Parts: sequence; structure tokens; C-alpha cells
Amino acid sequence: MLLFEAIQIGGGSMDTFRRLKNFYWPHKKYLFGSLLFLLIVTGATVCYPIVLQQTIDKGIKGQNFGYASVLAFGFILIMAIKGVAAYFQQYWGNLFGISSVYELRKALYRKLQYLPFRYYDNAHTGDLMSRLTADVEGFRFFLSFGFSQLFNFILIVSFSLVIMFSYSVPLAVVTLLMTPFLAVTVYSFDKKVHPAFRAIRKSMGRMNTRVQENVSGMNTVKAMAQEAKEIERFEWNNTDYKDKQIYTSTLWAKYFPFMEFIGNICVVVLLGLGGTFVIRGEMKPGELVAFFSLVWYIMGPLMELGFMVNQFSQAKASGERLLQILDEPIEIASPENPIETDRLLGSVEFRHVYLKYPNEESYALKDITFRARPGQVIGLMGATGSGKSSITRLIARFYDATSGEILLDGESVKNYSLKTLRKNIGFVLQETFLFSSTIRDNIAYGNPDATDEEIIDAAKRAQAHDFISELPKGYDTILGERGLGLSGGQKQRIAIARALLINPSILILDDATSAVDMQTEAKIQMAFRELMRGRTTFIIAHRISSVRHADEILVLKDGQIAERGVHEDLIQNPNGLYRRIYDIQYKDHEQLKTQQNA
Amino acid sequence: MPLEKPESKALETRQRFYYSSDRIIEKPFNWAQMARLLQYLKPYAKTLLPGAIIALLIGTAIRLTVPILIGVYAFDRVIKHQDIHGLYWLVGTIAVLYFLSYLSNYFRIRLTNILGQYVIFDIRKHLFNHVQYLSNRFFDSRSAGSILVRIINDVNSLQDLFTNGVINTLTDLLMLCGIIVILFSLSWQLAIAVMLVIPLMFFLSTKFRRKIRRAWQLVRLKQSKLNSHLNESIQGIRVTQSFNQEVNNRAFFDVVNTEVFETWRSATQKNAVFRPFVEMANAIGSAILIWFGAFLIIHSHLTTGIFVSFAFYLGMFWDPISRLGQTYNQLLVAMASSERIFEFLDERPNVRDAQEPVSMDGIKGTIDFEDVRFTYDEEREALKGINLHFEAGETIALVGHTGSGKSTIANLIGRFYDPTSGTVKFDGIDIRQIKLSELRANVSTVIQETFIFSGTIMENIRFGRPDATDEEVIAAARAVGADQFIEQLSNGFYTEVEERGNILSVGERQLLSFARAVLADPKILILDEATSSIDTETELKIQKAMKKLLEGRTSIIIAHRLSTIRDADKIVVLDHGEVIEQGTHDELMRARGKYYHLVISQFQGLEAV
Repeated sequence: MLLFEAIQIGGGSMDTFRRLKNFYWPHKKYLFGSLLFLLIVTGATVCYPIVLQQTIDKGIKGQNFGYASVLAFGFILIMAIKGVAAYFQQYWGNLFGISSVYELRKALYRKLQYLPFRYYDNAHTGDLMSRLTADVEGFRFFLSFGFSQLFNFILIVSFSLVIMFSYSVPLAVVTLLMTPFLAVTVYSFDKKVHPAFRAIRKSMGRMNTRVQENVSGMNTVKAMAQEAKEIERFEWNNTDYKDKQIYTSTLWAKYFPFMEFIGNICVVVLLGLGGTFVIRGEMKPGELVAFFSLVWYIMGPLMELGFMVNQFSQAKASGERLLQILDEPIEIASPENPIETDRLLGSVEFRHVYLKYPNEESYALKDITFRARPGQVIGLMGATGSGKSSITRLIARFYDATSGEILLDGESVKNYSLKTLRKNIGFVLQETFLFSSTIRDNIAYGNPDATDEEIIDAAKRAQAHDFISELPKGYDTILGERGLGLSGGQKQRIAIARALLINPSILILDDATSAVDMQTEAKIQMAFRELMRGRTTFIIAHRISSVRHADEILVLKDGQIAERGVHEDLIQNPNGLYRRIYDIQYKDHEQLKTQQNA
Repeated sequence: MPLEKPESKALETRQRFYYSSDRIIEKPFNWAQMARLLQYLKPYAKTLLPGAIIALLIGTAIRLTVPILIGVYAFDRVIKHQDIHGLYWLVGTIAVLYFLSYLSNYFRIRLTNILGQYVIFDIRKHLFNHVQYLSNRFFDSRSAGSILVRIINDVNSLQDLFTNGVINTLTDLLMLCGIIVILFSLSWQLAIAVMLVIPLMFFLSTKFRRKIRRAWQLVRLKQSKLNSHLNESIQGIRVTQSFNQEVNNRAFFDVVNTEVFETWRSATQKNAVFRPFVEMANAIGSAILIWFGAFLIIHSHLTTGIFVSFAFYLGMFWDPISRLGQTYNQLLVAMASSERIFEFLDERPNVRDAQEPVSMDGIKGTIDFEDVRFTYDEEREALKGINLHFEAGETIALVGHTGSGKSTIANLIGRFYDPTSGTVKFDGIDIRQIKLSELRANVSTVIQETFIFSGTIMENIRFGRPDATDEEVIAAARAVGADQFIEQLSNGFYTEVEERGNILSVGERQLLSFARAVLADPKILILDEATSSIDTETELKIQKAMKKLLEGRTSIIIAHRLSTIRDADKIVVLDHGEVIEQGTHDELMRARGKYYHLVISQFQGLEAV
């Protein structure tokens, strides 16, 4: 029944394995080598009962000590061969698995590097990580052990049966008659235990999330004095996990001793029946002793059959999840014959550009048209979600416009290689991401070949050199994940140095100063001035002061350009959004000026 | 396998990323720690534990008896004397014993697992609850990840020890002793001969295995490096793509991936070498039995039955020895985990309730700082003798650059820390005398990095006051103008949100935390950089709400935006942990001191662009 099910599952999922063939088939020599040695191992294993039988029936009964000695040393020899064979069988089997997933990981990582932003907008890091770790591991485990376990099962059961039948047909038949009981038990155990294991894993996942949230949000928990409430919520998770574990162990307790019991009953029946045969002289005592070992060679693997079947279906599910990543389309790629140039001049033109993000109903950008000549500064203003960032993301082709055209130096962005495009566009984003690396390497992230002088020069121009020099290890300071240990302003300045070092012809400053104090902001603004020289610059900002000197200011509302022009013109429109923002922000300033002059 | 080459020459010789994956996985055995761990068994010493032990005693006794019955009794008595009746009796007895063994196994597995899971439950609960009340100082010095690892992984790694380890050790020791005693009583000559392999087996299961274990530890270290990089490269993918670093990163990954492959290959090879030795140890035992056993039968007194029994017992030797080796490994791992767990449990919260705490009820919200000094760590003094007086209901703005001590003052008012010296008082009462839970409920802090818990918007706003009704939550959201964006979400107030989900913008998160604060209705409100990430339009919208929020309570505002600071009743200017100026905006502007220069420099910087 189980075998049948295994074959059925096999039939349906061959497709998954066929499509992943590229990863494991090149290493097939390890697999076949391993299976070959497995044959020897299994052959040697079933020698033990035979040797035992020979010792009792020929050596002892026949009072033939010489024969017993031969058996003893022969046995050592056989086991030595088995040991060596076992080494190769195990080592090569494992090698088959780890070599295959080495290639698989490589391909997955490669894929992940090139998947577009669209993919990452909808993917959870946790989910991706679990695919890259747990699913890869599940697949490896099956490759390393799955095949050989199945092969081993077939071999040892058939070898044992042959020996059994040659010793005593009735006893062999009795043993065979017991196996359906065991098979049914294993089957029904398996049906229940795997959902139970899944429930444990899920419960663990929930508990993990709960604790993670609690610890990450500890500031909020403490600020709101919600410790007791948090303890109560955690208690639920903790209890749930414990209950799921206990339920599963109850299944074990119910079924496992019972499986053993079936095997034991088989031993008892063999003893009764075989004992009678021996007493009647129809069977030799050694043969009966051999049966006590042979029984377990059949019962043991049978108990594990359920796990094998499950492993197979898990590997299949893992394989599917991995194929999902590998099959993901990379819709944004360089064209066939891309324009490759070291340096763009930096003119940017949008012609009736519309953008709709996948999975969203409304357009993020509607009919955007503007033109920036090389070296010009474009200010983008508008509320959160009005489409400011979307415009800049289209220039670097992190997304493709739904319709309309985007031209760089008069050519569509789609005609450039991605590399040319991104080499010429520098980003400083609101949420700075720094890598677990030295400050030096973080600054040199976009240009690892930069010399120390160039790096220090960039840091100086980004107003970052002073604080970096004050760190005990200076530029060699290693930053933790997300640049732990630095303030928001410091991280921001490193990000600015990073953008500066690739010397882009188009620069994008996406709300880069919101999280820093007044003095730092002033410093960063100075750095921006330095940064903008000789480049086409897009400034996304909330502050009028950041954009007032721009060559053109686009005020966005709901994905459309609501107002456009230079500062002096925009403030003339008394009902305009720009004017309203100006009023709020400049009330202070005017007042300040009068005070200063007073 | 040829490695992929980075595009940049410099990266061929330089390591690009660094990950701290040097967690020590095991520690030497330590009795005191073991005793402390076993304390967790105490609550079950009279209930689950005795049951489990009885079950295991019965099971072990039966497993030890059966080989004698099948060997000595069956062959030397029944078969030798052709006693069919005896055979039936024997078969019946063994069947009954097996049934008893079945029952005892059932209870053993059940009871040991329940026991183990309860112990794990208790440890985790103890740890989690303890961590909840630890002070901010504790959280400052640790990443969220490292705390998570202790509550989840370190506790999990004790699981094996408590469900199987303790009971298995008892079973295995009993089993080994039992077998040895029985073998000697059956035939001491054969027993001695056969037991020559025991030292070899012990050597294999301890010394040899240690090497294998080390090799696997190396694999885990390399794997955790690989995982750290994967995680980081996913989170930083946008930066990687905008800086064209795909190829360089692939080269880095290739190196790490190859390291994993190599360490794994070496570990698996060591593991495979183990096999032939185990086979040989078993084979030598069996060969001695066959050779010397046959010799003793032919030339001496030994019977076939004893020989068969020996064969059975010999087959039972390796398992307990191997398991004891494994348990020993488990113990070493448990030593490392429990050391880390106990380290947390030994942390004392340094902010604690007084013996007889005072209620917050009568307090209006006057705040006094008297000679307050504070140091975060030994080196840096964050506050150097602060004296301040805030009237109840006043709005106070704290101004100064990063590190001037603004946030420290706010943290002391919320009693997230206690001052190193000096006192903070509410209405003249030292806040260390006030009941902590009431103090926290009456001092709300809106922080810059608002945390969104997974759940609905409704639940998130309700976070600070779990008993608030839906109507109250909605009213609070309306008061700060958050209702507009909430109603645009797919399920309104019942939209599910989570920390890492991108549904909410930074500004929207901030509005949610405002709503939280309004709902909590505290006597003292602290806004720590709360408006810095809100865009001007939204800022305009919440300005009214802010006024309403500040009304009738003592409010402390930490902000950079002049518009937020200007209307405060009092502005306190801090520099390097000292108060250098205080007064209203106009007073301070007229004084042309530090504040004046801060304001001017802000505008100069902006003007310059």
C-alpha cells in the first residue's frame, strides 16, 4: 500500500525533479557509486544471521572448532569489506546531495541578484530565507539519503526473504503474514504524524514572530507599560507550542511501541512454531536463531517506509518552491544590443508617462511630461504617496513605465544596458541601507576599485570624514547589519559619500534629510551642494528651502503634476499647494528675518 | 569548481562583508549549572517523574529478561528436552512480557515527553517574563536578534535533553549494567572475552565522535555566515542593483558557498570514516563470540542456549553506548545554551518598584529635576547636574544637537532609567516612589521609530489601553486626523498590518502612534522627534490635533522643526548634558545665544542650497 502510494507520488512529481535535473544529474557518478557500494553493504549485513546459523548448526553441533574459527575470521573479513563499502556509500551519497545544492544555491543567488524591484515589493524576506535555507536543505536531504534509503529497503527485504525461504518456508510465510499489520499501523501513524509535525513547525513560527515583535517593539511596549499584556499574549503561544508537542508525542507513544509489539509478536510466533519444528527435528536450531535477526531486517525498514514516502513528497514540495524562484521572469533586462557608454550627459525627458504597479488598482503616475537638461536641478514635492519616488525609480529602470516614454540623452532608457544606466545614476534614499562591512567598503560599495584617497575625498565632501576619523578604527570600523551603532545622520552621510564615489551624471536625493538634527541637516545640505555640481539632480523634499533654487519644481498630487514652474512663479499662485506649504514653512523664516534685522 | 570572478580587481584579495557568526556552540560540563537546570524538574518530582521512572524500570527489566528466555531457557531446557508443553508456556510468558513492555513503553514515551515539554514551557515562560521587565539599559546593549535567539533557539536546544536525555541516560546506564551482570553470571570467561570491545566502543562514541562534532560545528558556522549574507543581500537588494554590484556580490557568495561545501564535505567524510570502525567493533565482538564461544561449548561447559543469549546481548550493546555518547554531546550543547539563558535570568531590572509604592492618582504633572546626573556607560556622562522645573500643563521643548541629552531627559521622566545621582520628582514626589505600572500608564512617549505590531489597525491603536472600545479608538484616530488614510485602506480599521509590511508610510505610522497616545490619555506626554518624518501637508493637518493632544497635560517635545518648537511655553537648550539656556522663543531669540545660532544656522544651511 505504502509502496503503491510512493510510486503514485513519484509519477506526479517527476516533473519537478526533471526540471531540477540540471542541478543533480551532472553529479550522477556519486549517486551510482554510492548505490553500487550499498549493494555490498546490504549483502554483508545479511551475512550475520547466516554466520550465526553456521556456527550453531555446523561448528557447535558438529563439534568442529576449526570451522568455527574459519567463520569467526571470515566474519571479520566480511565486516571489514562492509565497513569500507559503507564509507564510500555514505560519503558519495552525501557528496551527491551537497554538490547538487551547491549548484542550486549558486543559481538561486544569481537569480535573486537580478530579480526586479517588483518582485521584492511583494516578497517577504522571511519567506525567501526559508526557501533558501529550509527548502534547499529538504532537497539536499532527499538527494543524499532518499534514493539510497529506497534502494536499501528493496535490497534488504528481498535478500532477507530469500534467506528465510531457503531456511524454512512456513516460518517465512508467517513473517510475511505479519507485515500487513505493520504496514497498516505505519500508514495510519504517518497520516497523523506529519500534520502534527507541521502544526509544531507552524506553532514555532508563530512563537518566533511573537517574540521577535515583542523584542523589536520593546521601546513601544515599555512606553505604553504593556509588559503584562505581552506576557499574556506570549503565554498563549508558549502553551500552544507545548500542546502541539505533547499531542505529537502522544502519537509516538501510541504507535511506536505498538509497531515494536507487532515485531515482537512475530518473534513469539516464530519461537513457538520454529521451536516445535526444531523439537520435531524438521529444522535446525541455528536456522531458528537466524530468523530472530532476519525478522528485524524486514520489520525495521518497513517502519521507516512512511518517513521515506514523506521525505519524497517534502522534497517535491521544496523543489516546487525553489522552481518558483528560478522560473520568476526578469522582465527588466538589458536589450539585445544595448548602448554602452561610460558617461551620459544627463538630460532626462518624460513623455506622457503612466505607471501602474502590479497588484495595484490605481495609477501611481498619470501623464507625466517634463524635461531636464544636463546639470539642471528638478525639485519634486507633494504628499507621501503622490508619486515623487516613482518618477526617480523609472529613470533607473527599477520599474518600466506602463506607457509613455522616458529618454536619457535623447534615447529611450530601454535601449541602454542596465549597467550603463545605473552607473550614471546615483541614489541617496531616505532609508539608508548599509552593509555588514567596513565603512571603507560601504563607501566604495559602487566602486570597489576606488583608492583610499578617493574614498576619503568622497567622505570629506559628504561631511562624513570628521566623524569617521573620530571612531577608534576609523574607516576600518565594521558596521553591523543595518549599520548599527551609527546615528541616522551619520548613516545618511556615508550613503551620500557612497553615491558621490560613483560620480554619476544624474543624482537622486530622495528625502534624504528628514531624520537628522538641525546642525547635521545644515552639514548635509552643504554636502548636497557639493554633490549636485555638474550633475542633473532630482531632489525629493518636504522643505521648500531644499527645492527653491531648482530649475523646475514639479508639485505632484495623486500621481499627476498639479503645479510646475520655478519658485518665484509658484508662490504667486495664492491657491496653489506650493504656496500653502510655503506659507507654513516661511512664516518662521520671515519672522526670523525681521528679528535678525531688528 | 572554478570560482566566479568579481568585476572589481580589488575584491579578488579583499573580504567584502563581515558577519559575526562566532557563537560558541558548546561548553565544558559544569555541575553547578546542571544542578540549576535540574531544578526545573522539581515541580514534577512527585507527579510525572516517578511515573516515567517506573515505566522505564519495567521496560528495561523486560528487555533484559527476554534474551535469557529465548536463549538459555528455550534451547537448553525446552528444545534440548523436547518439551512441547514447556515451549507453549515459554511462548505464552514471552508474549505477556512483550505486552507489558508495550504498555511500559507507551507510558514512558508519553510521560517523558510531557515532562520535557512542561519543563521547556516553564523555562521559556520564566525567561520571557523576566526579559519583559528588564530595563532599557539591558536592551540598549543587545540587538533584537540576539535576544530572540535566546528565547527561541537556546531554549529549544534544551528540549532534547529534557524529553529524552535525562531518561535515556538512566535507561542506558541500567541497561549496560544489567547486561554486564547477566553476561558474567552466565559465563564469566565468555563475558570477559566479549567485553574486550567495550573500551573500543566507548572510545568511538566519545573521542572519535568529538572530532566529527567539531567538523559539524564548522559547517554550522559557515552556514550561518551564508545565511547572514543571504538575508542581508535580500534586504539590501535595491542598493545592490542601483550600484551595479550583482556580479561582485555573486563572487563573494561563491566563496562562502564553496566554504560551506568544503566544510560539509569534510564533515561528511569524517562521519563516513566512523562507520567502518563501528562495524569493526561490532564484528570483533561477534567474532570473539563465535570463536571463543564455540571453543567453550566444544571443550568446556558452555551451552548452546547461553551462546544464543550472548548473541542477543551483544546486539544490544552498541545502542546504549552510542546513545550515551550522544547524550554527552547534548549536555555540552545544553551547557552553552543554559549559560546564555541563565545570564539573562541573572540580569536584575535596575528600575524597580519601591517597597511601598505611591499611587499616581493625585499627581497633576509638575516635573522637577534636582541635580540630576546620568551616565549610560562608564565613559560618557549624558547629563551633568540638571536642574529644571516644569509646571503642570506646560508645553516644554528640548533643543540641542544629537547627544546633548534631550532624549535622556525624556527617558528619565518615563523612568526608563534611574538617574545616576540626583532626583526626578512629580509634584514633589521622587518618581522612584511611584508605582511603576501607573507611572508608565500616565507618561506616554511617542517615539520616532514607531513600532507596528502585527494585527489590525484597531488593535495597534488600542495597544496602550487594551480595554478601550472600538468607538474610543475611532474617536482617537479622528482626533489626530488619522481616520482619513485608515478609511482608505482595504478593510478600514480592520486592515491587518505588520512591522515589515509596506502598507503604511512613515508618516502614517507616526499618525497611528499619535492616536495611540490620545487614546492612552496620559498626564505627561513626551514627543521624541515625533513629527520629523511627517510631510508638510500632514504636519499641517496634525497641528490642530497636536494642540489638542498637548492640552491639559505636561508635554515635553523634542524636535528639530522650528514650527514645532516655537509655540512651546518654555524652550530648554541643552549642550553636552547641560542646560545652557531656557525661556520662550522670543526671549531666547532676543538673547542671541546658542538657540539663536542654532535657528540661524538651520536656515543658512537651507538657504545655501
